[in-house]
Amino acid sequence: MYSTKEILETINMVSHQHLDVRTITLGVSLFDCITDDADRTAAKVYDKIMRTAGSLVAVGNAISEEIGIPIVNKRVSVTPISLITAASRGHMQVIRALDRAAKEIGIDFLGGYSALVHKAMTPYEREFIESIPEALASTEKVCSSVNVATSKAGVNMDAVRLMGSVFKRAAYLTRDRDSIACAKLVVFANAVEDNPFMAGAFLGTGEDDSVVNVGVSGPGVVKVALEEVKGDLTQVAEVIKQTAFKITRVGQLVAAEAARRLGVACGIVDLSLAPTPAVGDSVAHILEEIGLESVGACGTTAALAMLNDAVKKGGIMASSHVGGLSGAFIPVSEDAGMIAAARKGVLTIEKLEAMTAVCSVGLDMIAIPGDVSEEIVSAIIADEIAIGVVNTKTTAVRVIPVWGKKAGDTAVFGGLLGEAPVMPVNRSDPSVFIHRGGRIPAPLHSNKN
Amino acid sequence: MKAIVSVLGKDKKGIIARVSGALYDMDVNVEDLSQTILQDFFTMIMAVETGENSPKFDVIKQNLRELGDKIGVQINIQIKDIFDAMHRIDTK
Repeated sequence: MYSTKEILETINMVSHQHLDVRTITLGVSLFDCITDDADRTAAKVYDKIMRTAGSLVAVGNAISEEIGIPIVNKRVSVTPISLITAASRGHMQVIRALDRAAKEIGIDFLGGYSALVHKAMTPYEREFIESIPEALASTEKVCSSVNVATSKAGVNMDAVRLMGSVFKRAAYLTRDRDSIACAKLVVFANAVEDNPFMAGAFLGTGEDDSVVNVGVSGPGVVKVALEEVKGDLTQVAEVIKQTAFKITRVGQLVAAEAARRLGVACGIVDLSLAPTPAVGDSVAHILEEIGLESVGACGTTAALAMLNDAVKKGGIMASSHVGGLSGAFIPVSEDAGMIAAARKGVLTIEKLEAMTAVCSVGLDMIAIPGDVSEEIVSAIIADEIAIGVVNTKTTAVRVIPVWGKKAGDTAVFGGLLGEAPVMPVNRSDPSVFIHRGGRIPAPLHSNKN
Repeated sequence: MKAIVSVLGKDKKGIIARVSGALYDMDVNVEDLSQTILQDFFTMIMAVETGENSPKFDVIKQNLRELGDKIGVQINIQIKDIFDAMHRIDTK
């Protein structure tokens, strides 16, 4: 029998501290849908999603009822579409089929309108990437990602340059909705193949036919646990570890049960602290609980490094297989503490960039002025990608150049995507660097200093 | 199916009787029970197992929720596995 304290701890985590499982993401391989005809490929893709993921929402809701813990999102990730449509050139037909299937099965998002071009782009991959703005502006549920670098291949700067214009075009096409298409688009270095989180989820080429990956959450739980800690940072790290263990165990239980009921493989648990805009569900507030006046203050990078490491150490024993992005997320628009600090001007893009060197995953959900040039957007991407490549970790950029808005304005995306203060950007011109193109060679992996 | 029923709220007469009665009506067996009252705040934890003639889990949950609304306490039921997962290293 459990003690009353244990039972109440679990109940309070849900009712007062926003404990939830952020997402069950069902990865679906689309390799068996490849044909040389665009419409036939789209039809096969639609059928496969309906057949494989048709019961995902019902299964997720049933598990949530039984364990008494909300499962916020039910999502699908698919094989990068650029690989599925290279023969038929049917990417626009396929994205419409994906969006229709996603709406019919009632999932929140579907990820995988993606291309992996970390070393070079084929002519078709360039055409595919150029289609992303129209694809995202004309659909609701589908998310897109492009891997432009790896630690082994270096940085494909031609792709980085192209992505600057893709973000700007996507922003323009959804200018009546605060450029929301950019919130469904992410650029990666060292993209992972089993990520359950959006916008960057896709199912890699080395994966099963269908597989469940789960992302956990719980910044509020960690924050409340730390309110009791009066000791030094060793004790702080211990409490974070213990809390992360409990949170991750919930994710592992859900992953195993969802895989069993769906009759698919159980993939990974992503050891994540994913915030939402709700009060009491903020990663920034954890850092402030540790002792910073505001996130963004000097000391933020150190505190975040400790938090991120302790989350992983606590979570790793709690799950059979760890994967995805695994770490604390710092999306500005989705975190009440980050929003407040950005509004005050304490949290800057430069500080956020430093923070991403020690946590998951990158410059995320950052609104910037709409008149920032595409070269500057490319340069922001290049800087962030370089951090991932040199440190052999995943980094990402999801910036929103909000059409018609300037620094200090607010962009509103709604729901889990939240709202973001438009942050000022360094306007010094990097155009010559960006237009050189080519590839930044892979870094040395020894003599680390 | 093994589950944990938790009852939280202001103490009053007949809570145990009414909750046990509802469980009995749904063919749910009470295997263990503990209760505490702290400053008028009533907390009861019951370890239960559903029977062959029990309704589906979501129906049991809904019935208990409605009973809770009627007597002014919060009644919840969660499968035992979630507490194993969070509070026991060895979950088998």
